[in-house]
Amino acid sequence: MTIHNLYIFDKFGCLLYYAEWNRLKSSGITREEEAKLMYGMLFSLKSFVSKISPLDTKKGFVCYKTNKYALHYLETPTGLKFVLNTDVNAQNVRDLLHQIYSKVYVEYVVKNPVVNLGDPIKSELFKMKLDGVIKQFPAASKAS
Amino acid sequence: MVIYGVYIVSKSGGLIFNHDHNVPKIENEHTFSYPLDLKLVYENKKVVVSFGQKDGIMVGHVLTAANGMPVTGKQLDDGRDVLEVIDNSESYPLTLRFSRPRMTTNEKIFLASMFYPLFAIASQLSPEPKSSGIEVLEADTFKLHCFQTLTGVKFMVVAEPSQTGVDLLLKKIYELYSDFALKNPFYSLEMPVRCELFESNLQSLLEQIEKTGISNV
Repeated sequence: MTIHNLYIFDKFGCLLYYAEWNRLKSSGITREEEAKLMYGMLFSLKSFVSKISPLDTKKGFVCYKTNKYALHYLETPTGLKFVLNTDVNAQNVRDLLHQIYSKVYVEYVVKNPVVNLGDPIKSELFKMKLDGVIKQFPAASKAS
Repeated sequence: MVIYGVYIVSKSGGLIFNHDHNVPKIENEHTFSYPLDLKLVYENKKVVVSFGQKDGIMVGHVLTAANGMPVTGKQLDDGRDVLEVIDNSESYPLTLRFSRPRMTTNEKIFLASMFYPLFAIASQLSPEPKSSGIEVLEADTFKLHCFQTLTGVKFMVVAEPSQTGVDLLLKKIYELYSDFALKNPFYSLEMPVRCELFESNLQSLLEQIEKTGISNV
């Protein structure tokens, strides 16, 4: 079980934070371009899902899987987007994403008065706490 | 156990076959008094609910009839503008029927070609080397399973999230496709599939799965 990397986007599609733990392949483009590509894909996936869905969606797009990895997606009502890539068999990643949002993002970014919301996150404390939550997660225990 | 639809997308990204299996029809009719407690907007030639959900009427639902009279675009069948009727307090009480929009063929073609780059980007953004494209796409209301053949044709099945064994179904559809579409001398590659035999076989396959489950196919 592996956790590969995490992206956090704000509601305007700006990359707030990127972290990686076990990434074996880089996409061959700069981080900025990659973030734009990722956001574009998520945006299209969201509209694709809402159109192709036979019923009314609530959460909408949740995750997709390829043969090598799974991408899990959590969007808050305020438009923050958390994207976590894991291996295909990881369980309960949605809970982990929710934890990252409520226990790390809200606690160490929103409640930090010197952080400007909408700017990329540079806080060391945030980074440390995020690492802690990821390493605690049972799926990551064997890796990293 | 429900399968909502089957799509086949050619190597170049065009929709060559689509079959809606049993898509539920979501429709709600209610009598409203003035003023209307829903916010309606006119967009993409439809009158759409943009705010206010009640009694099963959700944001995104389209107005299909007013007082039993069908609505096309924003026009009632007798030529009146439905938004003016709704704004007019004298036309109340007013019975409005809303339904979830059904995809038109054009929209389906558009969506099918939209899946193609998503599939490609997913493999490019992979953190692991040599990843395939999207195989399973999960949302809260459905799961889309995609199977790409070696020749690049994509078979997609939209099913309930709890539906299992869809991989088998996809292989089976591939088998039907190669038997009844590809062996048909009147079928040219990359063109939409219009083979009666293929359609009827697919239909019976889906019905059989619904009755007895995938393992018995």
